[in-house]
Amino acid sequence: MTATLLRRPGLARIRTTRAPLQRLCLGFVALVVLAALLAPWLAPYDPNAVDLGNALAGPSADHLLGVDASGRDTLSRLLTGARTSLLGPLGVVAFSTLAGVAVGVAAAWRGGWLDSVLSRSTELVFAFPGMLLAILIVSVYGEGLLAPVIALAIAYLPYVSRLTRSLVLAERRRPYVEAYQVQGHSGLQICLRHVVPGIAPVVLAQSTVNFGYALIDLAGLSFLGLGVPALTPDWGRMVFDGQSAIQHGYPLSAILPCAAIVLTVVAFNVVGERWADQVARRDR
Amino acid sequence: MSFLRFAARRLAEMAATLFGASFVIFGAMYLAPGNPASFLLSGRSASPEALKAINAQYHLDDPFVLQYLRWTGQILHGDFGRSITYRTDVSRLLADRLPSTLLLVGMALVLVVALGLLLGWIGAVRGGAADSTILVSTTFALGTPSFVAAVLLQGLFAVKLGWFPTGGTGDGLGQMIWHLTLPAVALALYLIGMLARVTRAAMLEVLGQEHVTVARSRGVSDHKVIRRHVFRNALGTVLTTGGLIVSTLLVCTVLVESAFSVGGIGQLLELSTTTKDFPTVQAISLIMVGLFMTVNLVVDLLHPLVDPRVTLGPRRSAA
Repeated sequence: MTATLLRRPGLARIRTTRAPLQRLCLGFVALVVLAALLAPWLAPYDPNAVDLGNALAGPSADHLLGVDASGRDTLSRLLTGARTSLLGPLGVVAFSTLAGVAVGVAAAWRGGWLDSVLSRSTELVFAFPGMLLAILIVSVYGEGLLAPVIALAIAYLPYVSRLTRSLVLAERRRPYVEAYQVQGHSGLQICLRHVVPGIAPVVLAQSTVNFGYALIDLAGLSFLGLGVPALTPDWGRMVFDGQSAIQHGYPLSAILPCAAIVLTVVAFNVVGERWADQVARRDR
Repeated sequence: MSFLRFAARRLAEMAATLFGASFVIFGAMYLAPGNPASFLLSGRSASPEALKAINAQYHLDDPFVLQYLRWTGQILHGDFGRSITYRTDVSRLLADRLPSTLLLVGMALVLVVALGLLLGWIGAVRGGAADSTILVSTTFALGTPSFVAAVLLQGLFAVKLGWFPTGGTGDGLGQMIWHLTLPAVALALYLIGMLARVTRAAMLEVLGQEHVTVARSRGVSDHKVIRRHVFRNALGTVLTTGGLIVSTLLVCTVLVESAFSVGGIGQLLELSTTTKDFPTVQAISLIMVGLFMTVNLVVDLLHPLVDPRVTLGPRRSAA
């Protein structure tokens, strides 16, 4: 009886109508990842094959999504571009999650001077927006994918470490930790075997949302010509190339990569946020 | 803790972080492969005069700490050194370009605050279809990078419809505002979504509290309850996003100014990064970090005034 009372009709409706959205977004993420993995086999043309005679042609049987200002096949570039556009954020998220969890667990478990040193440096990194740090590093090391990925990973690290720190602090107070300590398990063992797996869903949900933001930042750097090398197909770079096409009145080659970026980021955000909601509900 | 002590403490903390940030910005050139002189002159003829100028600017023969202190000392006197590409003082370049960037950021900030608060308010108070529409559109706003918005807005409103210029800065305030309207919208879009979400969530949280029910049961009009009891209480939470909003606006000027060829410091940062004009990159990075931290300080000092329940303790940074 109480259960039915708690589930107000309005809320129930929202949940049932939102679940398909979640599934839709998860499906889109899978589709993009699959496209990236299978790009070399799926792409009908060499993404860098220039055909100036056919520049800015619209969709046709030969080129399903048209070609860009240099006559390169847009579909092939979108598919191949998915690889760099997803690989960069993956690197950012992988590094920032691993290092962030390590830093957060160390700060929460040890406390004391280590905690204050780490939170001081967190403040310092927070003063640099990720994009600015990446530009600073690129201006030192030159263009390329590696330098911005490392810079963004460092910029994203405090978000993960701060979250981890607060989660571990809460987890430490739970009785099972003391039980293991009494049984003589070392702190490292307890952290690795029990605490980290326990907090993993929350951290990974946050990292899924971070993936979308990293994709935005890296695509922005490619748009500026500071990210991937000029010839590598990349969605951000395609938006830049498409900008001149738009000014000549052929918007398609710009709209498609824009849509790819927006839809992918939205999909990752929705999946990450919904996941975080579910984890939060389960914990309560 | 009294307000003055709290203010002094926050000011000292900000000075310490700014000190650290400037150290990072200065030290970055030592991360470059090769020696700093050749890095600073990379790709240019290392004529004896150029080497001498670089040496005079950075005192590269001195120990590192002394170089850093000299550099910060010069900056405190408003001297950001000489641009390697433009061969003029960086401070002159900045003075020429800062007004259009500040106008652009200011226009975007007005849009963000006005529309973000309004949409968040409507979403929280109205509910139903209005709320769902706002949730869906903010979800898309949060997934749209500023450069994507810039390119699409430019294509639609400048190229296709011809309502606005495709780029440039314009002379005189009226022309400048007309030129900067599309860039400001592109810059604001993502943050409107973010602020609307934050406002909505904060207001919904207050709406569920007992004092709202009490005020309603005592016959206070709905509008007054929302305005005086819900919005006022939510404002404190909303205010903490101020620093993030300003830093995002500043950094995204790099993308939007490049897309619309607005002659501001964002475009200058992009140009000086591609041409490896490191003194200019350093100056702009420092200004952006400095502005961001100033806004953060102002927000921290305003917070207890807006929301008296805030305790004046050591800084608890917003997650």
